[in-house]
Amino acid sequence: MKRRDLLKALALLPSTAMLGISSQVMAAPATQNRLLLVFLRGGYDASNLLIPTSSNFYYESRPNIAIARPGSTPDAALALNADWGLHPALRETIYPMFQQGEAAFIPFAGTEDLTRSHFETQDSIEMGQPLNGSRNFHSGFMNRLAKVLGNNGKMTAMSFTDQLPLAMQGSAHIANTALRNVSKNNVDQRQRDLILQMYADTSLSQAVKDGFAMRDEVAREMQEEMNSANRNAISTKGFELEAQRIARLMREKYALGFIDVGGWDTHVNQGGSSGTLAVKFEELGRGLAAYRKEMGDSWRNTTVVVISEFGRTFRENGKHGTDHGHGSVYWVLGGGIKGGQVAGEQIALEAGKLFQNRDYPVLNEYRAVLGGLFGRIYGLNTNQLDQVFAGVKARDLGLA
Amino acid sequence: MKTRLNLQHALAASALVLLSACSTTSQQQATDNSKLPPVGNTLSKAAVAPEALLNRLSWGSNPSTLQAMQAVGPDRYLDQQLRGRNATLPAAIQAQVDAMTISRQPFMDTMRDLEARRVASEQQKGTDDTLRKEYQQEMTRLAREAANRALLRDIYSSNQLQEQMSWFWMNHFNIHSGKHNIRAMLGDFEEQAIRPNALGNFRDLLRATVMHPAMLRYLDNEYNAVNRINENYARELMELHTMGVNGGYSQKDVQELARVLTGVGVSLNKDAPRMKPEQEKLYVRKGMFEFQPQRHDFGDKQILGQTIKGRGIAELDDVLLMLSRQPATARYVSQKLAQFFVADNPSRDLVEKMAQRFLQTDGDIPATLRTMFDSQEFVASLGKKFKDPMHYMLASVRLAYDGNTIVNTGPMLNWLNMMGQQLNGRQTPDGYALDESAWASSGQMTVRFDIARSLANGNPGLFKVDTPAPLATTAAAMPAASMTPSVAANGMQAPVMSTPAPATPVTAQATTPAAPAAPKPPPPALATSGYVKNWSKQFSPATQTALSQASTPQEWNALFLASPEMMRR
Repeated sequence: MKRRDLLKALALLPSTAMLGISSQVMAAPATQNRLLLVFLRGGYDASNLLIPTSSNFYYESRPNIAIARPGSTPDAALALNADWGLHPALRETIYPMFQQGEAAFIPFAGTEDLTRSHFETQDSIEMGQPLNGSRNFHSGFMNRLAKVLGNNGKMTAMSFTDQLPLAMQGSAHIANTALRNVSKNNVDQRQRDLILQMYADTSLSQAVKDGFAMRDEVAREMQEEMNSANRNAISTKGFELEAQRIARLMREKYALGFIDVGGWDTHVNQGGSSGTLAVKFEELGRGLAAYRKEMGDSWRNTTVVVISEFGRTFRENGKHGTDHGHGSVYWVLGGGIKGGQVAGEQIALEAGKLFQNRDYPVLNEYRAVLGGLFGRIYGLNTNQLDQVFAGVKARDLGLA
Repeated sequence: MKTRLNLQHALAASALVLLSACSTTSQQQATDNSKLPPVGNTLSKAAVAPEALLNRLSWGSNPSTLQAMQAVGPDRYLDQQLRGRNATLPAAIQAQVDAMTISRQPFMDTMRDLEARRVASEQQKGTDDTLRKEYQQEMTRLAREAANRALLRDIYSSNQLQEQMSWFWMNHFNIHSGKHNIRAMLGDFEEQAIRPNALGNFRDLLRATVMHPAMLRYLDNEYNAVNRINENYARELMELHTMGVNGGYSQKDVQELARVLTGVGVSLNKDAPRMKPEQEKLYVRKGMFEFQPQRHDFGDKQILGQTIKGRGIAELDDVLLMLSRQPATARYVSQKLAQFFVADNPSRDLVEKMAQRFLQTDGDIPATLRTMFDSQEFVASLGKKFKDPMHYMLASVRLAYDGNTIVNTGPMLNWLNMMGQQLNGRQTPDGYALDESAWASSGQMTVRFDIARSLANGNPGLFKVDTPAPLATTAAAMPAASMTPSVAANGMQAPVMSTPAPATPVTAQATTPAAPAAPKPPPPALATSGYVKNWSKQFSPATQTALSQASTPQEWNALFLASPEMMRR
């Protein structure tokens, strides 16, 4: 961890000085460090994840779905500090990480996009470009980050999804594969060569090459999974299994990963300490804990960031659900982070403080916050950060 | 043409069509009021390659479709397809469709039966959950039938444009099979709301989706009531179904539209709820669609700068008319159509021309499409559009098995799953992306090569009668849904299947049967087809070189289906 210490020392220097040194010292970014971006699609109800336990207004606004104050009932919120608590579904998984300093939360995080449209906001976050002015619809911030980290013929980034998400689209070639169910059929070596030959001069050539290479990689990892499954009678399922598979590939190979988890759009009966949303939190928590475990020693160099397009209305709606809102809560997990804190700019949640009398304001703009985090994780200088989030001043929340 | 006054009648009439159509076999409505001009000669004059043109107009070129086009010439063929007339299925396929529960049993009966099962399963005491399982299995079976029917039509229908447009609108008005009991409604949503209007008028199509219980359930509008607003549907109605996200409406407009939609919901009850006499007059019930005045906000609303007088269901007519006539809607719909049929980034000029036609014809879909197909931009784009998974799979199957009778679409459903584009598998209401960058990724390509190989060797699954292993009690409870008619029909019509697959024993474990002997599948009509061989001569030198190195006909098939040329349409 010497590099990281150096970076932390450098971060204390004025930025111009840092820029001067970094172009020499940090020509090659620290790609042994790993980042997994988890995108919760559907605008998860962040107010029931990170519960504003000191806010009476929260309890008035959510008569049916609020999570009780810590200690008041067996299924109450888990105390994080004087103002915030964690959803009890994460008791076994994320809460211990928080206590060990391996988890942090950033409330009032998000984009200035105000459409409250899932799709528009997801796109705009994944592009990571200024909202006004012309935008490039095929340039995602994770792709630009991959480019900054450099390829050198090796695969830097991988998307664990059926489709390449906008965040991963762009000029750097990034492979993708979903690891829910891995296909066993395969064309043989001879056919592979012939196929590569057919595609040699086409725009799909690199995708085809990456695809074959990645298939080999996945096959190797799956073999390992089968071997260990034979040793351990109980095998995991669902997102937990998927997260474990992702960890194996990330541990061995990739600096950047992307996974999305859908189904967070809770307009109706989202539940409180139990119910639909609680089940989703539990599943997500178990997956992330499995990921941490599978990373082994590499967890120390790993950061997991969990984001969503927006938060939801602060008040519950007529059907014990919530509608589309604005600010969200981001999660930062990792073996080397300065966790155990609720970070970033915050306000007390009282009547009259809501944005448009409806939802959380965005006080921690996502590009500034992520930029600050990336800078720390990979030791990127301002030039390099500018390639990822153009024209944005990175904001270091002191999490890494 | 239609005034606001008679729109209310139209609404009632369309709802009646919705009801009455349940009892008849599906019949697409001829677009009698079509605003199509006389057939021109744009396509003939441009002398486009027939395979290239058919790869756009149909789900994939094959010899039999080519024959149909050559019989009348490209322009007249397009005209026929746009008018949506004379759509037929081969008899063996029609028999498979006719044998389905979704074709035979009125939708309302199906939903009442399911509701009875659900209630019974909840009352079942103790740890026994057989009733719950049966209820779930039956819904899954119905969804499977709907998917089956859609795929069979996509492969075999003589009106390929109608089937493409049905998929397009199913995607535009996406509903997800995973929510609540929506998978039992997919078939009816497609059959009554989407397909009859796929080549009709946009406003009729929009209204039919608004009035379908599947949509009201999917986007939570059944819970939208006065003072307990749920704005989910209102938002997507503007953002995804009509005006588009930057269409010029505000958060306030969304909230006001949600107020208009209060009281619009779903009911399975036989009788109307009790209410005051003055409200009884305002109550509306068409099939499962219900307008409940007690739940409606009768205040005036302000939408897009116009005042909607609060008075009941008629507000919805006003709003749908307003939304369907917005220039933003014309542009948004045109843009999506052009993206589906022309290019990822169609020119502003083309979209504008289409939008103008859309507005002139008050939302006539064939007229809008004709403007697009008659453009130079369309002609110039042929062969360049990257196929989404559905197009890739269907084109490959249509080509490989032209003239054969597929009796089991199970393998195809599996392939769609592998490629990430399951029918109604998109969880979010935006539908699947249609552009190249969403699909042309490394993972996608390797999966496609696997599918190419699987098809190339002659996929036995497509010709093996599928017995989805219902529990004995389920089969007994659903005598009308017997599998036998389709088996008989297929045995008769498919010469390759001299002996039908032995019936799988009806047990709970039947999903892993003791490997019944698979019938010998027909060889794919690729390496042996003059049509395909000839077509491949248009392929790049690199592809032709690879094809020439194939050591067996199966390998030739695999390479052909895996070629860069087959990835585009």
